[in-house]
Amino acid sequence: MSTATVAVAAQLQEKPVKSRLTRQRIRYAWLFVTPMLVVLALVAGWPLFRTIWFSFTDANLSDLQVAEFVGFDNYVYLLSDPEWWNAVWNTVKFAAISVTLETILGLGIALALDAHFRGRGLLRAAVLIPWAIPTVVSAQMWGWMFHDVFGVINHMLMALHLISKPIAWTASPDTALVAVIIVDVWKTTPFMALLLLAGLQMLPGECYESAKVDGIHPFKVFWKITLPLLKPALMVAVIFRVLDAMRIFDLIYVMSGNNKDTMSMSVYSRQQLVDFQDVGYGSAAATLLFLIIAAFTVVYLTLSRVGRED
Amino acid sequence: MNRKLKKTLGTLAFYVLLVIIVLYTVFPFYWAIVSSLKSGSELFKIEFWPSKPAWDNYLAVFRQQPFGRNILNSVFVASSTVILSLSLAVAAAYALGRINFTGRTPLLFTILGVSMFPQIAVLSGMFELVRALGLYNNLLALTLSYMIFTLPFTVWVLTTFMRELPKELEEAAVVDGAKPFTIVTKVFMPLMGPALATTGLLAFIAAWNEFLFALTFTLSGDMRTVPVAIALISGASSYELPWGNIMAASVIVTVPLIVLVLIFQRRIVSGLTAGAVKG
Amino acid sequence: MGVVWKGMAALAVTVAASIGGAQAATISISCGAVGQELQLCTDGANAWAKATGNEIKIVSTPNSATERLALYQQILAAGSADIDVYQIDVIWPGTLANHMIDLSEYIDEETVGQHFKAIIDNNTVDDKLVAMPWYTDGGVLYYRKDLLEKYNKQPPTTWQELTDTAKEIQDGERAAGNDKMWGFVFQAKAYEGLTCDALEWVDSFGGGTIVDADGKITINNEKAAAALTMARGWIGTIAPEGVLNYTEEESRGVFQSGNAVFMRNWPYAWALGNAPDSTISGKIGVSALPKGGADGKPTGVLGGWQLAVSSYSENPEIAADLVKYLTSAEEQKRRAIQGSYNPTIEALYKDQEVLTAVPFFGSLYETFVNAVARPSKVTATKYNQASSEFFNAAHDVLSGKAEAPARLAELESKLDRLSRGGRW
Repeated sequence: MSTATVAVAAQLQEKPVKSRLTRQRIRYAWLFVTPMLVVLALVAGWPLFRTIWFSFTDANLSDLQVAEFVGFDNYVYLLSDPEWWNAVWNTVKFAAISVTLETILGLGIALALDAHFRGRGLLRAAVLIPWAIPTVVSAQMWGWMFHDVFGVINHMLMALHLISKPIAWTASPDTALVAVIIVDVWKTTPFMALLLLAGLQMLPGECYESAKVDGIHPFKVFWKITLPLLKPALMVAVIFRVLDAMRIFDLIYVMSGNNKDTMSMSVYSRQQLVDFQDVGYGSAAATLLFLIIAAFTVVYLTLSRVGRED
Repeated sequence: MNRKLKKTLGTLAFYVLLVIIVLYTVFPFYWAIVSSLKSGSELFKIEFWPSKPAWDNYLAVFRQQPFGRNILNSVFVASSTVILSLSLAVAAAYALGRINFTGRTPLLFTILGVSMFPQIAVLSGMFELVRALGLYNNLLALTLSYMIFTLPFTVWVLTTFMRELPKELEEAAVVDGAKPFTIVTKVFMPLMGPALATTGLLAFIAAWNEFLFALTFTLSGDMRTVPVAIALISGASSYELPWGNIMAASVIVTVPLIVLVLIFQRRIVSGLTAGAVKG
Repeated sequence: MGVVWKGMAALAVTVAASIGGAQAATISISCGAVGQELQLCTDGANAWAKATGNEIKIVSTPNSATERLALYQQILAAGSADIDVYQIDVIWPGTLANHMIDLSEYIDEETVGQHFKAIIDNNTVDDKLVAMPWYTDGGVLYYRKDLLEKYNKQPPTTWQELTDTAKEIQDGERAAGNDKMWGFVFQAKAYEGLTCDALEWVDSFGGGTIVDADGKITINNEKAAAALTMARGWIGTIAPEGVLNYTEEESRGVFQSGNAVFMRNWPYAWALGNAPDSTISGKIGVSALPKGGADGKPTGVLGGWQLAVSSYSENPEIAADLVKYLTSAEEQKRRAIQGSYNPTIEALYKDQEVLTAVPFFGSLYETFVNAVARPSKVTATKYNQASSEFFNAAHDVLSGKAEAPARLAELESKLDRLSRGGRW
């Protein structure tokens, strides 16, 4: 490295010394961030402010103009509603299980797709198919496939003698959530796999080459080199999957409606907002959902040290 | 010998794994194709290939509504969403990933926070916004509103990948007196190929599949996007679900996405160009 | 010369505009989703447009009723004039009353009087005629004629008979080799359809309609408990466990593929079940739903769709005229013949052309005219909540999570709290 580079490197890293270059870079930083922030503020500012504001009122969808301020009433009622807590519990169970499965499977698929073999382009496309079918349709399609009498899944399981009588997948309280998880894993593993594949592709090749030369076992290479290097990509993929899983709505709604065995926080919130027209209470549920996710994210990010300054 | 056997077994296991992956992901799509070729009572029978394929379902999709137009609408909305969110996000990701400035962490969290509200809760506010901007029944309303879920995602993913790139790259450019704009376009963009292609593709699909906003912010048949058009398909009565038609429509709209992946998959795996990093 | 011609032409245009333009308007109507339903609506609306010189804009809406309602609520809550005429479900007048005009100001009493009184009552909220009936629907019982003949049975008149017949035929058919055979399928997913089905059971036993016309909560009674307990007994014996997540189409799938003896469904299943490609074409019978017991009565729940005019419409008078046209006897007759949509005008059930097209309109006239409305009028904007409480309670009983008497007592207290003591 030349001395000039060292000096620049020092300036890039050391915060206290605010040189001309550093100040200039900070100006540029704001310049670069501003367009994105303006668009985001425009798009999200009003809707989010409105939701939070309504959560403190008794607004009703039949006439939003007459909403009255009720303080924390909605929240107090919400916290004492066993159905809300049932929804919270369902959502947490759902998110934990499906994201874990998706991460493991997604990682496996990403590693497989990273290998060199014939026809992997086609395979990459094939793997992405589940994500490419609109949820509204795929949820119904799975509902059809899970049908206890004319569904293909029971038919195949029976043909393979894995079960002796048809299972009422989406109807039985024991399997309803399982069915939803199976579909969600099917649907969103490609998302995970693709993000991880991108992460793998961006890893520096030298590490592997030297590992290969040293004759280290592939498993060890994976644990000691690949996984640590992949961690940032893995973390960010998991965050977005968790955010999505905690807000899961359409899949559950299409597959089992407002059934309490599978009701998630979003389904609960939608039921209040739309079916019951209770905009105030529904907004409170949505805001509480936001707070739960936010709390979870903060804990997660603090523990995993992603998104923090170096 | 033993070593060779082990290797063969390993290869075998690898291919078995691939077959399982493909079966798991593709079978439901295969089933969708089979269902799209059935009509009437055949839908309720289990046949792994229909005895009399009913291609009419595919014609019906185009006959009953401007489905071609709907596909074009979706292409427009999804492409514009990707272009807008990627250009905003690349710039922001450079600042957030490479420059140390106060307020960076809170900013990242605020951006993430936007995507923590359930979509249904922001629907009403978004509807008012769209009407206030005069964009009701306009495809731009969709492009704009989709920013609420594509921007946080693209910004975060690109920031993460941007941060992982070696410091030396930028230092060399700064020494050469390059302006940040040049650094982003000339130094980082080429290296970000896989990340850009992946996030772009994921954002494209998310926009392609979005239903709730698309349903609420458009009104006339020629402004509908594909998922809405599919949800509108009905039979003779509102109780009947014309499953064959719905499946045919779903197969039709999935094909462009598969083509897209086949085109972009080279970009996804282009990887770091060897020798770009000089110690 | 040329100038004169031009001037005259301009004059002619002005005159024509002032004559035709004073009334002409563009009315947008939301009716049905893509498919036959939309086609029938488009034809009707265009005929009106041609006759009156107005223009029509058709807005197609989602096939699913819940999504349709959600969309309407967004548009109406924003006070939007984008849709003038709305097609609304029979349970929505209470919910949407605030946003709709009073049609009795535009449509004369005699015309209104031609329609079924039960539906007009249902559509009248606080003396305001929120919507005009367009077509009706009622729950009916489908049975397999061939199987009933084979086992020498009559269509059941009580639920007990249905249970016994279903069991016997199911067991017989299974022994004969069809191990997928079930006795009875219906709709028991936790959704509005279960409210319909369960209300039919409860009311046929004389257990009332959840909430009576004065708002009093009546559901916690022995007859209602007996009805639900009976239905609980079907699950796993004559009905597949999967029925707990069936909507109309899943039940039709089982019945139409020849795997069920009885089915509770709406009239739409008739044409589909008798289509040439159907496994059971020509083998289907339709009757009224059974009675609760010797002293019970057959109950079919009232369904169907209405037309209402938005109070944000810029041309309410013209829009009301369109509604009047589309709900007229002439138009309903056309729809009955072409699409077998049940008319809401009594006289049409005696019309020979209609009866030739759809024979069971005659035999089931009583079912349609006496169809029982869900308590959507008295519960008004809280109907969806009340219905949700009810179908959840019914679902709990059916899935064996709770016993009927205890669960109904709990339901009563929940409805009591919801309605602030029956005041709704």
